[in-house]
Amino acid sequence: MFLDYLVLNATEGEVKFLNTGDIFATLIIFIILMVLLKKFAWGPLMGIMKQREELIASEIEATENSRLESEKLLEEQRALLKEARTEAQAIVENAKKQGEVQRGEILTVAQAEANRLKESAVREIETEKDNAIAAVRGQVVSLSILAASKVLGKQISEEDNRALIEETIAKAGDAG
Amino acid sequence: MHHENPTIVWLGLTFNLSNVMMLLITAIIVLLIAVISTRRLSLKPTGMQNFMEWIMDFVKGIIKSNMDWGTGGRFHVLGITLIMFIFVANMLGIPFAIVIQGELWWKSPTADPLVAMTLAVMVVVLTHFYAIQMKGIKEYGKDFLRPLPFLAPLKVIEEFANTLTLGLRLYGNIYAGEILLGLLAGIGGATYLGFFGVIAPTLAWQGFSIFIGAIQSFIFVMLTMVYMAHKVSRDH
Repeated sequence: MFLDYLVLNATEGEVKFLNTGDIFATLIIFIILMVLLKKFAWGPLMGIMKQREELIASEIEATENSRLESEKLLEEQRALLKEARTEAQAIVENAKKQGEVQRGEILTVAQAEANRLKESAVREIETEKDNAIAAVRGQVVSLSILAASKVLGKQISEEDNRALIEETIAKAGDAG
Repeated sequence: MHHENPTIVWLGLTFNLSNVMMLLITAIIVLLIAVISTRRLSLKPTGMQNFMEWIMDFVKGIIKSNMDWGTGGRFHVLGITLIMFIFVANMLGIPFAIVIQGELWWKSPTADPLVAMTLAVMVVVLTHFYAIQMKGIKEYGKDFLRPLPFLAPLKVIEEFANTLTLGLRLYGNIYAGEILLGLLAGIGGATYLGFFGVIAPTLAWQGFSIFIGAIQSFIFVMLTMVYMAHKVSRDH
Protein backbone atom coordinates (compact mmCIF):
# COMPACT_ATOMS: atom_id res chain seq x y z
CA MET A 1 0.00 0.00 0.00
CA PHE A 2 0.96 3.59 -0.58
CA LEU A 3 1.47 4.65 3.03
CA ASP A 4 2.36 1.31 4.48
CA TYR A 5 5.95 2.18 5.15
CA LEU A 6 4.77 4.84 7.63
CA VAL A 7 2.80 2.44 9.71
CA LEU A 8 4.56 1.10 12.75
CA ASN A 9 2.46 -1.95 13.29
CA ALA A 10 1.91 -2.83 9.67
CA THR A 11 3.15 -6.29 8.93
CA GLU A 12 4.89 -7.37 5.77
CA GLY A 13 2.22 -7.91 3.19
CA GLU A 14 -0.99 -9.39 4.50
CA VAL A 15 -1.22 -11.88 7.30
CA LYS A 16 -0.68 -15.17 5.61
CA PHE A 17 -2.91 -17.09 7.96
CA LEU A 18 -5.21 -16.51 10.84
CA ASN A 19 -3.28 -16.56 14.09
CA THR A 20 -5.55 -19.17 15.56
CA GLY A 21 -3.22 -19.68 18.51
CA ASP A 22 -3.70 -16.09 19.62
CA ILE A 23 -7.39 -16.71 20.09
CA PHE A 24 -6.73 -19.52 22.52
CA ALA A 25 -3.91 -17.64 24.17
CA THR A 26 -6.15 -14.62 24.78
CA LEU A 27 -8.99 -16.71 26.09
CA ILE A 28 -6.88 -18.89 28.34
CA ILE A 29 -4.85 -16.03 29.74
CA PHE A 30 -7.93 -13.95 30.39
CA ILE A 31 -9.87 -16.77 32.01
CA ILE A 32 -6.95 -17.81 34.20
CA LEU A 33 -6.46 -14.17 35.18
CA MET A 34 -10.12 -13.88 36.06
CA VAL A 35 -10.09 -17.04 38.16
CA LEU A 36 -6.91 -16.00 39.98
CA LEU A 37 -8.21 -12.51 40.63
CA LYS A 38 -11.50 -13.86 41.91
CA LYS A 39 -9.69 -16.18 44.27
CA PHE A 40 -6.97 -13.84 45.49
CA ALA A 41 -8.25 -10.32 45.03
CA TRP A 42 -11.90 -9.74 44.21
CA GLY A 43 -13.22 -12.44 46.48
CA PRO A 44 -11.57 -11.19 49.69
CA LEU A 45 -12.21 -7.57 48.71
CA MET A 46 -15.89 -8.24 48.08
CA GLY A 47 -16.00 -10.12 51.35
CA ILE A 48 -14.60 -7.20 53.29
CA MET A 49 -16.89 -4.77 51.50
CA LYS A 50 -19.86 -6.92 52.34
CA GLN A 51 -18.65 -7.16 55.91
CA ARG A 52 -18.38 -3.41 56.11
CA GLU A 53 -21.84 -3.05 54.63
CA GLU A 54 -23.22 -5.37 57.27
CA LEU A 55 -21.31 -3.54 60.00
CA ILE A 56 -22.73 -0.22 58.89
CA ALA A 57 -26.20 -1.66 58.63
CA SER A 58 -26.00 -3.14 62.11
CA GLU A 59 -24.57 0.10 63.48
CA ILE A 60 -27.42 2.04 61.96
CA GLU A 61 -29.89 -0.42 63.38
CA ALA A 62 -28.30 -0.21 66.82
CA THR A 63 -28.39 3.57 66.67
CA GLU A 64 -32.00 3.50 65.65
CA ASN A 65 -32.80 1.11 68.48
CA SER A 66 -31.04 3.19 71.09
CA ARG A 67 -32.75 6.29 69.78
CA LEU A 68 -36.13 4.62 70.12
CA GLU A 69 -35.20 3.41 73.59
CA SER A 70 -34.09 6.83 74.73
CA GLU A 71 -37.24 8.32 73.30
CA LYS A 72 -39.28 5.81 75.23
CA LEU A 73 -37.34 6.58 78.39
CA LEU A 74 -37.84 10.28 77.85
CA GLU A 75 -41.55 9.74 77.43
CA GLU A 76 -41.59 7.68 80.59
CA GLN A 77 -39.72 10.33 82.50
CA ARG A 78 -42.05 12.97 81.21
CA ALA A 79 -45.06 10.96 82.29
CA LEU A 80 -43.51 10.39 85.71
CA LEU A 81 -42.78 14.08 86.11
CA LYS A 82 -46.32 14.94 85.15
CA GLU A 83 -47.65 12.40 87.60
CA ALA A 84 -45.44 13.75 90.36
CA ARG A 85 -46.58 17.26 89.66
CA THR A 86 -50.24 16.26 89.79
CA GLU A 87 -49.61 14.38 92.98
CA ALA A 88 -47.86 17.35 94.56
CA GLN A 89 -50.73 19.58 93.56
CA ALA A 90 -53.19 17.12 95.05
CA ILE A 91 -51.21 17.00 98.27
CA VAL A 92 -51.16 20.79 98.54
CA GLU A 93 -54.85 20.97 97.78
CA ASN A 94 -55.58 18.32 100.39
CA ALA A 95 -53.52 20.09 103.01
CA LYS A 96 -55.32 23.32 102.26
CA LYS A 97 -58.69 21.66 102.56
CA GLN A 98 -57.70 19.92 105.76
CA GLY A 99 -56.44 23.21 107.20
CA GLU A 100 -59.74 24.81 106.32
CA VAL A 101 -61.64 22.02 108.02
CA GLN A 102 -59.41 22.15 111.07
CA ARG A 103 -59.83 25.90 111.31
CA GLY A 104 -63.56 25.48 111.24
CA GLU A 105 -63.42 22.80 113.88
CA ILE A 106 -61.18 24.84 116.15
CA LEU A 107 -63.45 27.83 115.74
CA THR A 108 -66.52 25.81 116.56
CA VAL A 109 -64.88 24.24 119.59
CA ALA A 110 -63.66 27.63 120.80
CA GLN A 111 -67.10 29.15 120.29
CA ALA A 112 -68.71 26.29 122.16
CA GLU A 113 -66.19 26.61 124.94
CA ALA A 114 -66.79 30.34 125.14
CA ASN A 115 -70.55 29.81 125.25
CA ARG A 116 -70.16 27.24 127.94
CA LEU A 117 -67.97 29.51 130.01
CA LYS A 118 -70.38 32.39 129.53
CA GLU A 119 -73.34 30.27 130.49
CA SER A 120 -71.64 28.88 133.54
CA ALA A 121 -70.64 32.39 134.53
CA VAL A 122 -74.18 33.58 134.07
CA ARG A 123 -75.46 30.66 136.06
CA GLU A 124 -73.00 31.31 138.83
CA ILE A 125 -73.96 34.95 138.88
CA GLU A 126 -77.61 33.93 139.05
CA THR A 127 -76.95 31.58 141.95
CA GLU A 128 -74.88 34.16 143.72
CA LYS A 129 -77.62 36.71 143.20
CA ASP A 130 -80.27 34.34 144.58
CA ASN A 131 -78.09 33.53 147.52
CA ALA A 132 -77.50 37.18 148.14
CA ILE A 133 -81.18 37.96 147.86
CA ALA A 134 -82.05 35.12 150.23
CA ALA A 135 -79.47 36.32 152.70
CA VAL A 136 -80.68 39.86 152.43
CA ARG A 137 -84.22 38.67 152.88
CA GLY A 138 -83.29 36.80 156.03
CA GLN A 139 -81.49 39.82 157.37
CA VAL A 140 -84.44 42.08 156.58
CA VAL A 141 -86.84 39.74 158.36
CA SER A 142 -84.73 39.60 161.47
CA LEU A 143 -84.27 43.32 161.43
CA SER A 144 -88.01 43.86 160.92
CA ILE A 145 -88.92 41.58 163.78
CA LEU A 146 -86.42 43.24 165.91
CA ALA A 147 -87.74 46.64 164.96
CA ALA A 148 -91.37 45.63 165.34
CA SER A 149 -90.87 43.99 168.70
CA LYS A 150 -89.07 47.05 169.76
CA VAL A 151 -91.90 49.22 168.46
CA LEU A 152 -94.66 47.08 169.93
CA GLY A 153 -92.77 46.23 173.00
CA LYS A 154 -94.45 43.07 173.26
CA GLN A 155 -93.21 39.75 172.45
CA ILE A 156 -95.27 38.05 169.99
CA SER A 157 -94.59 34.64 169.06
CA GLU A 158 -91.51 34.55 166.93
CA GLU A 159 -92.98 32.03 164.54
CA ASP A 160 -96.21 33.91 163.94
CA ASN A 161 -94.38 37.11 163.37
CA ARG A 162 -91.88 35.64 160.99
CA ALA A 163 -94.67 34.12 158.95
CA LEU A 164 -96.52 37.34 158.87
CA ILE A 165 -93.53 39.45 157.97
CA GLU A 166 -92.29 37.09 155.34
CA GLU A 167 -95.69 37.22 153.74
CA THR A 168 -95.59 41.00 153.78
CA ILE A 169 -92.13 41.13 152.33
CA ALA A 170 -93.10 38.68 149.68
CA LYS A 171 -96.00 40.86 148.83
CA ALA A 172 -93.74 43.92 148.85
CA GLY A 173 -91.26 42.01 146.66
CA ASP A 174 -94.01 41.12 144.25
CA ALA A 175 -95.28 44.67 144.19
CA GLY A 176 -91.79 46.11 143.91
CA MET B 1 9.13 0.70 8.94
CA HIS B 2 7.76 -2.64 7.96
CA HIS B 3 7.40 -5.05 10.79
CA GLU B 4 7.05 -8.77 10.82
CA ASN B 5 5.11 -10.59 13.48
CA PRO B 6 7.09 -13.19 15.40
CA THR B 7 4.90 -16.17 14.57
CA ILE B 8 5.45 -19.80 15.33
CA VAL B 9 3.34 -22.83 14.61
CA TRP B 10 2.62 -25.17 17.48
CA LEU B 11 0.13 -28.04 17.57
CA GLY B 12 -1.23 -26.83 14.25
CA LEU B 13 -2.03 -23.43 15.75
CA THR B 14 -0.28 -20.27 14.67
CA PHE B 15 0.89 -18.17 17.58
CA ASN B 16 1.97 -14.56 17.42
CA LEU B 17 4.53 -14.66 20.21
CA SER B 18 4.36 -10.90 20.61
CA ASN B 19 0.66 -11.12 21.39
CA VAL B 20 1.16 -14.01 23.78
CA MET B 21 3.96 -12.20 25.60
CA MET B 22 2.08 -8.92 25.87
CA LEU B 23 -1.06 -10.69 27.06
CA LEU B 24 0.98 -12.44 29.72
CA ILE B 25 2.62 -9.19 30.78
CA THR B 26 -0.78 -7.51 30.97
CA ALA B 27 -2.20 -10.36 33.03
CA ILE B 28 0.78 -10.33 35.39
CA ILE B 29 0.57 -6.55 35.90
CA VAL B 30 -3.15 -6.71 36.60
CA LEU B 31 -2.65 -9.63 38.94
CA LEU B 32 0.15 -7.86 40.81
CA ILE B 33 -1.82 -4.63 41.17
CA ALA B 34 -4.90 -6.46 42.39
CA VAL B 35 -3.17 -8.87 44.72
CA ILE B 36 -0.79 -6.33 46.24
CA SER B 37 -3.56 -3.84 46.85
CA THR B 38 -5.74 -6.44 48.54
CA ARG B 39 -3.07 -8.00 50.75
CA ARG B 40 -3.89 -6.11 53.90
CA LEU B 41 -7.64 -5.77 53.91
CA SER B 42 -9.34 -3.90 56.69
CA LEU B 43 -12.77 -2.56 57.40
CA LYS B 44 -11.29 0.91 57.36
CA PRO B 45 -9.77 0.96 53.88
CA THR B 46 -6.43 2.64 53.28
CA GLY B 47 -4.30 3.40 50.24
CA MET B 48 -4.61 0.90 47.43
CA GLN B 49 -7.61 -0.81 48.98
CA ASN B 50 -9.51 2.43 48.49
CA PHE B 51 -8.50 2.45 44.84
CA MET B 52 -9.61 -1.13 44.31
CA GLU B 53 -12.88 -0.50 46.08
CA TRP B 54 -13.39 2.51 43.90
CA ILE B 55 -12.94 0.35 40.79
CA MET B 56 -15.36 -2.21 42.18
CA ASP B 57 -17.94 0.46 42.91
CA PHE B 58 -17.36 1.97 39.49
CA VAL B 59 -18.07 -1.34 37.74
CA LYS B 60 -20.96 -1.92 40.10
CA GLY B 61 -22.34 1.42 38.96
CA ILE B 62 -21.99 0.40 35.31
CA ILE B 63 -23.85 -2.85 35.95
CA LYS B 64 -26.52 -1.18 38.04
CA SER B 65 -27.23 1.35 35.31
CA ASN B 66 -28.14 -1.57 33.01
CA MET B 67 -29.86 -4.14 35.19
CA ASP B 68 -30.85 -4.77 38.74
CA TRP B 69 -28.12 -5.93 41.06
CA GLY B 70 -29.77 -9.28 41.74
CA THR B 71 -29.29 -10.21 38.10
CA GLY B 72 -26.10 -8.29 37.44
CA GLY B 73 -24.14 -9.21 40.56
CA ARG B 74 -22.74 -12.33 38.90
CA PHE B 75 -21.08 -10.23 36.18
CA HIS B 76 -19.21 -8.12 38.71
CA VAL B 77 -16.02 -10.16 38.62
CA LEU B 78 -16.11 -10.32 34.83
CA GLY B 79 -16.57 -6.56 34.62
CA ILE B 80 -13.76 -5.68 37.00
CA THR B 81 -11.36 -8.08 35.34
CA LEU B 82 -12.27 -6.83 31.87
CA ILE B 83 -11.89 -3.15 32.70
CA MET B 84 -8.53 -3.61 34.41
CA PHE B 85 -7.20 -6.01 31.79
CA ILE B 86 -8.16 -3.79 28.86
CA PHE B 87 -7.00 -0.62 30.59
CA VAL B 88 -3.58 -2.05 31.39
CA ALA B 89 -3.35 -3.56 27.89
CA ASN B 90 -4.15 -0.17 26.35
CA MET B 91 -1.55 1.57 28.49
CA LEU B 92 1.28 -0.81 27.61
CA GLY B 93 1.71 0.45 24.08
CA ILE B 94 1.81 4.13 24.96
CA PRO B 95 5.33 4.70 26.29
CA PHE B 96 7.20 2.82 23.54
CA ALA B 97 7.21 0.02 21.03
CA ILE B 98 10.02 -2.49 20.72
CA VAL B 99 11.07 -3.89 17.38
CA ILE B 100 13.69 -6.60 17.32
CA GLN B 101 15.16 -7.66 13.96
CA GLY B 102 12.19 -6.30 12.12
CA GLU B 103 9.77 -8.13 14.39
CA LEU B 104 7.39 -6.08 16.52
CA TRP B 105 7.50 -7.35 20.08
CA TRP B 106 6.26 -4.66 22.45
CA LYS B 107 2.86 -3.12 21.77
CA SER B 108 -0.60 -3.05 23.21
CA PRO B 109 -2.10 -6.52 22.90
CA THR B 110 -5.42 -4.81 22.19
CA ALA B 111 -3.83 -3.19 19.12
CA ASP B 112 -4.08 -6.62 17.54
CA PRO B 113 -7.47 -7.18 15.92
CA LEU B 114 -7.50 -10.83 16.79
CA VAL B 115 -7.06 -10.21 20.52
CA ALA B 116 -9.70 -7.49 20.60
CA MET B 117 -12.11 -9.60 18.58
CA THR B 118 -11.49 -12.62 20.80
CA LEU B 119 -12.48 -10.59 23.85
CA ALA B 120 -15.55 -9.28 22.03
CA VAL B 121 -16.62 -12.74 20.89
CA MET B 122 -16.06 -14.08 24.36
CA VAL B 123 -18.36 -11.40 25.79
CA VAL B 124 -21.09 -11.98 23.20
CA VAL B 125 -20.91 -15.75 23.64
CA LEU B 126 -21.20 -15.21 27.38
CA THR B 127 -24.33 -13.09 26.87
CA HIS B 128 -25.92 -15.94 24.92
CA PHE B 129 -24.78 -18.46 27.51
CA TYR B 130 -26.30 -16.51 30.38
CA ALA B 131 -29.46 -15.82 28.41
CA ILE B 132 -29.98 -19.56 27.93
CA GLN B 133 -28.99 -20.36 31.48
CA MET B 134 -31.25 -17.81 33.12
CA LYS B 135 -34.27 -17.81 30.82
CA GLY B 136 -34.21 -21.28 29.30
CA ILE B 137 -33.64 -22.20 25.68
CA LYS B 138 -37.28 -21.59 24.73
CA GLU B 139 -37.47 -18.05 26.07
CA TYR B 140 -34.05 -17.37 24.55
CA GLY B 141 -35.25 -18.53 21.14
CA LYS B 142 -38.44 -16.50 21.42
CA ASP B 143 -36.43 -13.37 22.04
CA PHE B 144 -35.35 -13.45 18.39
CA LEU B 145 -39.00 -13.05 17.34
CA ARG B 146 -39.49 -9.97 19.48
CA PRO B 147 -40.72 -7.34 19.11
CA LEU B 148 -42.00 -8.54 15.70
CA PRO B 149 -41.35 -11.94 14.10
CA PHE B 150 -40.35 -10.57 10.69
CA LEU B 151 -37.48 -8.64 12.33
CA ALA B 152 -35.79 -11.92 13.27
CA PRO B 153 -33.15 -11.66 10.49
CA LEU B 154 -32.22 -8.23 11.78
CA LYS B 155 -31.87 -9.63 15.28
CA VAL B 156 -29.43 -12.23 13.98
CA ILE B 157 -27.47 -9.59 12.12
CA GLU B 158 -27.50 -7.47 15.25
CA GLU B 159 -25.59 -10.13 17.14
CA PHE B 160 -22.79 -10.15 14.57
CA ALA B 161 -22.81 -6.37 14.33
CA ASN B 162 -22.53 -6.10 18.09
CA THR B 163 -19.58 -8.44 18.14
CA LEU B 164 -17.80 -6.66 15.31
CA THR B 165 -18.31 -3.17 16.66
CA LEU B 166 -17.36 -4.17 20.17
CA GLY B 167 -14.06 -5.70 19.08
CA LEU B 168 -13.14 -3.37 16.23
CA ARG B 169 -13.87 -0.21 18.23
CA LEU B 170 -11.32 -1.23 20.81
CA TYR B 171 -8.81 -2.45 18.24
CA GLY B 172 -9.21 0.59 16.01
CA ASN B 173 -8.78 3.15 18.76
CA ILE B 174 -5.69 1.58 20.22
CA TYR B 175 -4.16 0.66 16.87
CA ALA B 176 -4.69 4.19 15.53
CA GLY B 177 -3.11 5.63 18.65
CA GLU B 178 -0.05 3.46 18.22
CA ILE B 179 0.28 4.27 14.53
CA LEU B 180 0.32 7.97 15.25
CA LEU B 181 2.84 7.48 18.06
CA GLY B 182 4.96 5.46 15.64
CA LEU B 183 4.81 8.22 13.04
CA LEU B 184 5.76 10.85 15.59
CA ALA B 185 8.62 8.68 16.81
CA GLY B 186 9.74 8.25 13.20
CA ILE B 187 9.83 12.01 12.65
CA GLY B 188 11.60 12.54 15.95
CA GLY B 189 14.23 10.01 15.08
CA ALA B 190 14.90 11.47 11.65
CA THR B 191 16.44 14.89 12.36
CA TYR B 192 17.34 17.13 15.29
CA LEU B 193 14.78 19.68 14.11
CA GLY B 194 12.22 16.93 13.91
CA PHE B 195 13.12 15.74 17.42
CA PHE B 196 12.46 19.13 19.03
CA GLY B 197 9.47 19.79 16.83
CA VAL B 198 7.87 16.51 17.72
CA ILE B 199 8.14 16.65 21.53
CA ALA B 200 4.99 18.70 22.07
CA PRO B 201 2.70 16.70 19.73
CA THR B 202 4.01 13.44 21.15
CA LEU B 203 3.30 14.55 24.68
CA ALA B 204 -0.17 15.65 23.66
CA TRP B 205 -0.87 12.44 21.81
CA GLN B 206 0.40 10.24 24.62
CA GLY B 207 -1.86 12.09 27.04
CA PHE B 208 -4.73 11.67 24.66
CA SER B 209 -3.90 7.99 24.26
CA ILE B 210 -4.08 7.49 28.00
CA PHE B 211 -7.48 9.15 27.90
CA ILE B 212 -8.59 7.00 24.96
CA GLY B 213 -7.26 3.86 26.60
CA ALA B 214 -9.24 4.59 29.75
CA ILE B 215 -12.38 5.53 27.83
CA GLN B 216 -12.18 2.45 25.63
CA SER B 217 -11.84 0.11 28.59
CA PHE B 218 -14.85 1.82 30.16
CA ILE B 219 -16.86 1.62 26.92
CA PHE B 220 -15.97 -2.03 26.45
CA VAL B 221 -17.27 -2.95 29.90
CA MET B 222 -20.26 -0.65 29.52
CA LEU B 223 -21.27 -2.29 26.23
CA THR B 224 -20.63 -5.74 27.68
CA MET B 225 -23.16 -4.98 30.39
CA VAL B 226 -25.58 -3.40 27.92
CA TYR B 227 -25.55 -6.52 25.73
CA MET B 228 -25.75 -8.71 28.80
CA ALA B 229 -28.75 -6.82 30.13
CA HIS B 230 -30.36 -6.89 26.71
CA LYS B 231 -30.06 -10.66 26.55
CA VAL B 232 -30.76 -11.49 30.17
CA SER B 233 -33.65 -9.17 30.98
CA ARG B 234 -37.10 -10.65 30.73
CA ASP B 235 -39.19 -7.68 29.69
CA HIS B 236 -38.23 -5.61 26.71
